[in-house]
Amino acid sequence: MWARSQCIALLLLCALPALAVEPTEMLKDPALEARARQIGQALRCVVCQNQSIDDSQAEVAHDMRRAVRERLQAGDSDDQVFAYMVARYGDYVLLKPPFKARTLVLWLGAPALLLIAGVALLFAARRRRTATVAPPPLNEEERVRLSVILGDQWDFHPERSEGACGKQERSLGLRPRDDS
Amino acid sequence: MIPELGHFALILALCVALVQGTLPLFGAARGDARLMALAPTAALTQAFLVILAFLALMQAYVASDFSVANVVANSHSAKPLLYKITGVWGNHEGSMLLWALILSIFGAAVAIFGAELPDSLRSRVLAIQALIGVGFLAFILFTSNPFARLAPAPPDGNGLNPLLQDPGLAFHPPLLYLGYVGFSVTYAFAIAALLEGRVDAAWARWVRPWTLAAWCFLTLGIALGSWWAYYILGWGGFWFWDPVENASLMPWLAGTALLHSAIVVEKRDALKSWTVLLAILAFSLSLLGTFLVRSGVLTSVHAFAQDPARGLYILCFLLAVTGGGLTLYALRAPGLQPGGLFQPLSREGALILNNLLLCTLAATVLLGTLYPLFLDLLTGNKVSVGPPFFNATFVPICLALFAALCVGPFLGWKRAELWPALAHLRIAFAVAVVAALVAAFAIDQSSTLAAVAFGFGVWLIVGTLAELATRLRLGRLPLRESLRRLRNTPRASIGMTISHAALGFVVLGAVATGAWHAELIRTLKPGETVSFAGYDVTLQRVDNVQGANYVAERATLAVTRGGKPFTTLLPERRLFVVQRRQVAETAIQTNLLRDFYATLGEGDANTGWTIRLYDNPLAPWIWLGAALCALGGFVSLSDRRLRIGAPTRRRTVQAAE
Amino acid sequence: MSRRLLYLLPLLTLALMAGFFAWSLLIGRDPAAIGSVVVGRPAPPLNIPALQEGQAPLTDALFKSGKPVLVNFFASWCAPCLAEHPLFMRLKEREGAIVIGIAWKNKRDEALAWLKRLGNPFQTAGLDLEGKAGLDWGLSGVPETYAVDGNGIVRLHFRGPLIERDLTDSVIPFLKGNTP
Repeated sequence: MWARSQCIALLLLCALPALAVEPTEMLKDPALEARARQIGQALRCVVCQNQSIDDSQAEVAHDMRRAVRERLQAGDSDDQVFAYMVARYGDYVLLKPPFKARTLVLWLGAPALLLIAGVALLFAARRRRTATVAPPPLNEEERVRLSVILGDQWDFHPERSEGACGKQERSLGLRPRDDS
Repeated sequence: MIPELGHFALILALCVALVQGTLPLFGAARGDARLMALAPTAALTQAFLVILAFLALMQAYVASDFSVANVVANSHSAKPLLYKITGVWGNHEGSMLLWALILSIFGAAVAIFGAELPDSLRSRVLAIQALIGVGFLAFILFTSNPFARLAPAPPDGNGLNPLLQDPGLAFHPPLLYLGYVGFSVTYAFAIAALLEGRVDAAWARWVRPWTLAAWCFLTLGIALGSWWAYYILGWGGFWFWDPVENASLMPWLAGTALLHSAIVVEKRDALKSWTVLLAILAFSLSLLGTFLVRSGVLTSVHAFAQDPARGLYILCFLLAVTGGGLTLYALRAPGLQPGGLFQPLSREGALILNNLLLCTLAATVLLGTLYPLFLDLLTGNKVSVGPPFFNATFVPICLALFAALCVGPFLGWKRAELWPALAHLRIAFAVAVVAALVAAFAIDQSSTLAAVAFGFGVWLIVGTLAELATRLRLGRLPLRESLRRLRNTPRASIGMTISHAALGFVVLGAVATGAWHAELIRTLKPGETVSFAGYDVTLQRVDNVQGANYVAERATLAVTRGGKPFTTLLPERRLFVVQRRQVAETAIQTNLLRDFYATLGEGDANTGWTIRLYDNPLAPWIWLGAALCALGGFVSLSDRRLRIGAPTRRRTVQAAE
Repeated sequence: MSRRLLYLLPLLTLALMAGFFAWSLLIGRDPAAIGSVVVGRPAPPLNIPALQEGQAPLTDALFKSGKPVLVNFFASWCAPCLAEHPLFMRLKEREGAIVIGIAWKNKRDEALAWLKRLGNPFQTAGLDLEGKAGLDWGLSGVPETYAVDGNGIVRLHFRGPLIERDLTDSVIPFLKGNTP
């Protein structure tokens, strides 16, 4: 019960106009500050919903921003700063989950799906192409029956048709009546 | 009295929906014309009753009737009239009623415009639509009654969430719901087709306008939401990959795939079972979004009334709708006759690639949104999936899609050659490469990905226009002849050109704003000046302002360029007295090529106020592009061939001759 | 046959997803829970001034006594801390628990006044004005409570105020030496 009410209270806090990074927190060195902003945008505020510490007004987010800047000033690399935060708050703080066994499905799920579907489709297309070999040509009797059924108005122009259907039509060996 | 009337109308609507959802189905199965004829009448009656209920609730809001619990919880007598009206759907109960309203109106629209449909198909579509309605109306009546009374009535209400008191967000939900609910029609058509056991070109032609309409509204709804986030949240971002945003993006992606695959069914009688599946999925993903937002399964910045009990109901409903649809699909789809054959390299093949990529995108979003939940339940490990993940996974697939997008329209049906198509795109390719190089070397040397993405945006626009030019044989024929060809081009094709090019504008806007914006955060005292992005910005003064239901601090920022006045910005920080909440009112000066954006933070006269300034190049293109994209859809919708019943009318004309 | 299975795939995917959703709703999973990575690890470093001026600073030595210790982060401005305060009084008086209090982002005199008014359940109390110790402990806000065993390993971590059930289910068994 408490957890829920606190959530709501925090939610309100987070939804305030986010003037998250305050001028007083910022580093003098613009290059270092730019790195700090970049890192801040990739770290999740632990009490807000899907906000980075860069966007959050929560107390903890403020502390985390300051810690990021302290680590950078102490000469840490970006990876070291991330490791510092993960040691305290776990993978949860990383907005980009690390690539490891338990996130394999997350990272590779959709691309694997694409690959499987793509390969399956190509195979299906190849199988269909071999399956639709031209039917055996008509014998004389069938040709006569067909031309009777089709009558005058039907006019096959094999040279105009294309694709698999065209092949079939061509194999019928039909010519326009006036040609024959 | 009036709230009771609304409640009663809603109960009646449920009864009518029950009748509409059952008897016409029997009628269609037995070929009983009288039972089938019931469906349109029932659909109109149901719509009338739900409209009545909705108006009753709106009346309670407008008149500030504080004996209604929902009005007390979400309104206040001092609120401007606009927000009294939009407050109706600014809460869980009211927004569900809006869902039901739009659902019943779509049902009525099918009844009215579907006069040309075969009787059995129409009655089945309307019956399915009614069954969905039963689910929603029962949900409202049994778990979320908006008409519940409160005794004794308090003297005034609690007011609406200040973030919702904004014109952008006021109309965001109705547009979004028009999109979500519009897919219910597509779903109903898919189920009806599975029941009938027949999917053909005529079916695709009937389904496409409804899909297109829903898609256009969803596009507008998402764009409006993104624009709102951009100017209200105060840090210049426009898309945050929040679960709520993702929930609206997934049906959009599925709907976009559906739009394209339905073309293949219509023109070539192929991809039938796939298209039916997409139709079921588009609506299912809409419902999934509703479930995620309201159940409390995930957390989000835009938290709705989250309640596990309601969550369980929506989950059961989702299972009934999606599960029922997919079961029917598993039983019936294998029996659908496969249609026209084609080579992998063809227009059909390109559209399949489009579908493949769009579905991968949807799967990426789905997996990213739900993975924290899955992992937590299975292993107890907590992970976060945020913007950096989506940028790394979503964007590359998008780029592949964009690359193929311009080529597809050049390919012929059934079998095509790649090289002639690419030859037509030589110029577009060259222009795009030049744009990417300019971006990489002249604008920003640090971000290669942004430069590449920028090149893709240009490629989309120029490539799409190249396709139009080729079709009109612009430059090869006299201009007059080309214009004549333009007039004769089907509206559906024009719509496609507009939407595809518009996508390019969205990409350009997003890339430029995301990668090349300038930002300044500074504490200023009145009279102080800072220079920023070539401008000089002076904080002249900060005033206290009294609004209708808020008090605010308003900063006056004079912006000059080279000594000449450029503009004056008036950002505010509003405190809503009733809710004790602050909302930033950003000030944006736009010239459609860039936004000059200012927000006012905390402060006082002694220490100064924190001011945030942004220069966002091409930012307006994101939403203008999205609006243009939807416009393309509407243009396509106006195509005579797509107008409902047009094929049949032509048939009757022929018969008369 | 395999073709039929292909058509069943969407339904199976749905069933899988719905299973997860139902599971989550039925066990009442809190989506805002962020977990804790300090549990099972040695207690994070501690080096903060005492709340009472003139007393010795609080260091890691506190966790090397061989006895289980509770660490409670609190603040006088925090309402839930008020709610859990009587439980700590009881833990001290009835169970003889060693509780270390850390005033988080709290002015010294306000925290002292708060303890004086309500009673002091802490064996020693420290001051973490800047929230630096909180960050090292993976704190997300106040109140939070950690249980550190005699070997200096963190065994329990509660985010939010303790409630009656936490005491009977885990804190008291922990103090009696039943490491969870």
